[in-house]
Amino acid sequence: MTTEAIHSTVDAKGLSCPMPIVKTAQHVKTVPSGALIEVLATDPGSVKDFAAWTRSTGNAIVEQSQEGTVFRFVIQKA
Amino acid sequence: MTAMTAETPEAELTAAIAAAAQPADSLPTAQRQLVIINWSGQYDKVMPTLIMSSVAAASGYKASVFLTFWGLLPFVRDDRRITGENWMQKMLSAMQRPGISHLKMSQMNFLGMGPWMIGKLSKQYNVASPKELLEACQLMGVEFLPCQMTMDMYGLKREDMIDGLGPATGAATVLELMTEDHTASLFI
Repeated sequence: MTTEAIHSTVDAKGLSCPMPIVKTAQHVKTVPSGALIEVLATDPGSVKDFAAWTRSTGNAIVEQSQEGTVFRFVIQKA
Repeated sequence: MTAMTAETPEAELTAAIAAAAQPADSLPTAQRQLVIINWSGQYDKVMPTLIMSSVAAASGYKASVFLTFWGLLPFVRDDRRITGENWMQKMLSAMQRPGISHLKMSQMNFLGMGPWMIGKLSKQYNVASPKELLEACQLMGVEFLPCQMTMDMYGLKREDMIDGLGPATGAATVLELMTEDHTASLFI
């Protein structure tokens, strides 16, 4: 549903903590407020980490799913 | 909490997700701060310093790392081998090789065998190297504050240090940061 509106994707597959968060944060800096960012990660810790990170930053997880070993988050920049 | 008790595991999960999605009720993150005193120059201590400070900066915290004693040498340029002016300072740098790419371990170093194995495993499991993490920290705006006293004692000059370090700092400044509101302080 939100797929058409995705602004850009952060491919953090294969990366370990803390790089999925760091890469996403770096990317989010470059996009406009309200933009939807898709993040793909394989680090199982990223599920809790992204929840915590969005609580800290005010960005929001608007969609979250898992396909095989890949976690997909759609994050809206505050 | 009792009013919110869910009847089914699914409802419980949905409630947990909804609760997790709520913004923190605490203060804006602009006021949150992480201060780390980086006192060790060893791989297994510098790594958590870099990981915690990069994530703090990525999460909108102000992150400051005070580099003191053994913890200053990893922030000397990688290409400097012997630093200092007199023989004792030179000897110190000979015993602890400066540079973020030359960290030893606090345990199981085994003449470099330990770091070599950790390096191999890190590559295999895609764990960022200290150098990559340091670059990420600097990109995210972590402030690294070299200790003035340590710089003097080691005979280190500004040009021996990596680019982008903050001003040379003393204990009183760090103490002030550590006692600010909404600040977590770590001594690693």
